[in-house]
Amino acid sequence: MSLTAMTLLQQFVLLLAALALFLSFVLLAQPRLVAAIHVFAWQGGLVAAVTLTVAMAGDASHLYFSALLTFGLKALLIPWMLHRLTRRLGLARHTETLTRPALVIMAAVVLVIFSYWVVVPMVAQGLAFTRNIIAVSLAVVLIGLLMMVFRQQAVAQVLGFMSMENGLFLAAVSATAGMPLVVELGVAFDVLVAMVLFGVFFFQIRESIDSLDVDRLNRLTETNEVEGAS
Amino acid sequence: MISAWLIALLQALLCAALAPLLVGWVRKVKARLQNRRGAPVLQPYSDLRKLLFKETRVAHTASPLFRIAPYIVFVATWLAAATVPLIALDLPTARIADIIVLVGLLALARFFLALAGMDVGTAFGGMGASREMMVSALAEPAMLMAVFTLAMTAHSTSLVSVMEHHLADGFVLRPSYLFAFGALILVALAECGRIPVDNPSTHLELTMIHEAMILEYTGRHLALMEWAAQIKLLLYGVLVANLFFPWGIGAAFGPLALGIGLAAVVVKLGVLGAALAVGETVLAKMRLFRVPAFLNLALLLGLLGLLSHVILEVGA
Amino acid sequence: MGTPGRPRGSLERLERGLCPSYAGGAPRMSALMLTLLAPLIGGVALILTRAPGPAGWLNLGVSALTFGGAIWLALSVGLQGSLEGAGFRVDAFNVYLVVLTAFVGMTTSIFSRPYMRHVCASGRISTGSLRIYHGMYQAFMLTMLVALTTDNLGVLWVAVEGATLATVLLVSLYRTPEAVEAAWKYFILCGVGIALALFGTVLTYFASQHVVQDPDAGLTWSVLYANAHALDPTVMRIAFVFLLVGYGTKVGLVPMHQWLPDAHSEGPTPMSAVLSGLLLNVALYAVVRLKMLVDGSLAETATPHLAGSLLMGFGLVSFVVAGLFLHRQRDIKRMFSYSSIEHMGLMTFAFGLGGPLATFGALLHMLVHSLTKSAIFVTVGHATHIAGTQAIDRIRGLIRTQPAVGWSLLIGVTAIAGFPPFGVFTSEFLLLTATMQSYPWLTVVLLSGLVVAFAGLFRHLHPMVYGTAPEGQQPVQANMLPVLLHLGLVLWLGLAIPSFLAAWLDSATQLITGSHLL
Repeated sequence: MSLTAMTLLQQFVLLLAALALFLSFVLLAQPRLVAAIHVFAWQGGLVAAVTLTVAMAGDASHLYFSALLTFGLKALLIPWMLHRLTRRLGLARHTETLTRPALVIMAAVVLVIFSYWVVVPMVAQGLAFTRNIIAVSLAVVLIGLLMMVFRQQAVAQVLGFMSMENGLFLAAVSATAGMPLVVELGVAFDVLVAMVLFGVFFFQIRESIDSLDVDRLNRLTETNEVEGAS
Repeated sequence: MISAWLIALLQALLCAALAPLLVGWVRKVKARLQNRRGAPVLQPYSDLRKLLFKETRVAHTASPLFRIAPYIVFVATWLAAATVPLIALDLPTARIADIIVLVGLLALARFFLALAGMDVGTAFGGMGASREMMVSALAEPAMLMAVFTLAMTAHSTSLVSVMEHHLADGFVLRPSYLFAFGALILVALAECGRIPVDNPSTHLELTMIHEAMILEYTGRHLALMEWAAQIKLLLYGVLVANLFFPWGIGAAFGPLALGIGLAAVVVKLGVLGAALAVGETVLAKMRLFRVPAFLNLALLLGLLGLLSHVILEVGA
Repeated sequence: MGTPGRPRGSLERLERGLCPSYAGGAPRMSALMLTLLAPLIGGVALILTRAPGPAGWLNLGVSALTFGGAIWLALSVGLQGSLEGAGFRVDAFNVYLVVLTAFVGMTTSIFSRPYMRHVCASGRISTGSLRIYHGMYQAFMLTMLVALTTDNLGVLWVAVEGATLATVLLVSLYRTPEAVEAAWKYFILCGVGIALALFGTVLTYFASQHVVQDPDAGLTWSVLYANAHALDPTVMRIAFVFLLVGYGTKVGLVPMHQWLPDAHSEGPTPMSAVLSGLLLNVALYAVVRLKMLVDGSLAETATPHLAGSLLMGFGLVSFVVAGLFLHRQRDIKRMFSYSSIEHMGLMTFAFGLGGPLATFGALLHMLVHSLTKSAIFVTVGHATHIAGTQAIDRIRGLIRTQPAVGWSLLIGVTAIAGFPPFGVFTSEFLLLTATMQSYPWLTVVLLSGLVVAFAGLFRHLHPMVYGTAPEGQQPVQANMLPVLLHLGLVLWLGLAIPSFLAAWLDSATQLITGSHLL
């Protein structure tokens, strides 16, 4: 469906999705941890807004609930937990030095093109106005993945993971107008438990290597000396 | 036909005439925001007149290029500004109102500006020129990306057809336009030497860019350089205003349509100028080494504009 | 049987004649409920149990109860056909894995009771950690059983992700830098993989929306399977790639296997046993279920065997690479985890090959590999207690210090390397025969891979078992019952497969491939 044939509300959905993609880029290149958490919260808010707008534009009443769930989880609860953790870990003013940020951004642009290439044959026969967003959501997922690879800081890696989940929520809304309720609740539960466990791990990692720079977790290689028993 | 050319001429004159007013307006709003009374809005006109009648001194190390440069810079910039539809769309100049021509004319002006900056051989001039070239080398691709995004929607690189296409579509929320808008704003800030890239109101900082290049100019030459810079600001303002919000521009040549067109563009520029003043009050100038990151953001926005046009907006 | 649909197993057909009036329902559902509720309630109770002594026994009791439920469920499915309803679906294929999971869960809990007390007494973990261990052990069993029995692809995803979450704290239980690193790697890699699987699930749902009217049934596997031919092949093809990479990460397929050796070597040994013996199976089960959907969808297109070819490719690469890596290992648990990757690669390859013979072989291999590998890990746990280290160089002369442990390790490794008369030989023989029929030249690759893996295992094994024991090496208190049970079963399966099991595997084969072997 071409853009001019859509209603204003449907165009608004595309606009929000595009902004969510932009925030993925911002997240990728944001060296300040607290600012990155804020960006992530905004992205969650945008995904919730997309869900809400799809619900309004497509008369899918069950999506109101999932918009509320996404907003509560992704825009409020998880950012709040991360905030608290960074404060307790003394990372509130932490700034990470990024290696070759321009190159990483270019890689992310390539990922966007790749997602489009993957999705194009698939959406050719779709009819819903949200089908164009599938490529965007895949791009958000892949950029989250890139962030996990490229950042060395554990909290930043978790942000990458969570922004991948944002992309998945976006995909669920855009491709299918929401998953069945039981699945959506299950996924939300898993994400929440994962966040709690990440919190536990931040402390365990800091205890063991005195820092949250995950690159220093490099004891396990293929040819290391083995110590200790089990 | 003759009347169309007359209107085109009128529009070109209007560009040159309105440019100092826009600068005066921005300064006034800024002063008000900083709780000062500020100079009158018409002050830039008096400044220009004063400089035009002052004696022109030229350094004895200067080559003829130094004397010619202000004229070239002024004419190129003015020509570029004259091609951008200001109050009416379908002018004879529309045929050259092409995005690439526009970028080319601005590049010509910048080239001579930088040459003139280096000509006398002072440290400041050379420094300013090299910085200017760095900024423009980064800004130009971003600018092209942004305008290509618009051009892809209209299937033409002509400014007039982009605006006509936009008017014909009515109000459509385009993600690509949003990104292109952001990119163009960032590029405009960098190219016009505004905060946070350069500070237009000081000569005393080591970080200055534009002012460093024209430090050796006096009198008439300086007036032309200043005026060219003011026209450039107006040009970017009109570009942003009329490309993204073309409503109100005169589609016909009747006095009423032209009057509405003029009123619309004055209102749009007034709003943009006020927004610029607010932005300059809120933001601080960034260090020069941060400028590449700033312009990379513009480039990224331009790229995302292109991509989101392809991904989100092209119907099956 | 070419058209997708729910085929009927031979046992089912037979048994419908015996009790034609029985419609199933509440009593049968209660078997399933018992299997699922026992670990759920047990897990909560174990989190609350402070005393380490009773907790071990309670863990064992809950596992035994789960196993009882699984047997009941298997009997019910065997006698009355598959059970469907309330979002669950139990047929010959998954009830087989349910029983296997519950059995290995139970035997491992027998081993874990004294083992973890020993660890706790030596001060490596606190009693609080022990509570987490027991609670998470049951949570892990619960997620695996839910993943196996659910009929909903979304719930399957939630359960597999839940299994990661339940085990990740167990991997870092010892809190050494290595353990924390292994757990972080495990968490991040599996998290990423499983996120891609969710994207694949979303795409599957997208495809199903054009076919299945009821949106709530759009992820129900049985409904999707019945309509597989109508699913859009383009979408399903892309979805399967995501699903395979996602669940394949958990299977431990190369190159997504990086987490597996670390998690196995740094976690407590009972964890290694259940990870290797069960989690990998469940992930493979998910892949096979999804392959069935994709095969149905792609049947009419130019590439009907795309899913199978992908599985074969990934499986073969994992098989060969893991076999080579076996040689370089210095840590005994890492070595056996590479052996697990190798065997999972072989099974993936066999499921990709398709056809009744290969599928039958793969199912049998799942069983014997789980039994043997968990027995080996239990033995390795004792061996590392004897030697006080996991370094292969420093484990020496087990057979002299403690003959039971030495012999168990020797027999276990002989079995896993595929020697007759053990069950692994039977299944590998079936797999090789199936390969010979379809792709004769691949038999060479498989055979040389097996030889390489065998050499890798035995060059490390020989000094560990027969070498001279260091001065003062003392035997430890060891409960060899689980090992005996497992290895005995593997031996029995190698000598003769009981007819009920053969029929059972055959009906599972029939479910997967659409035709009988026997």
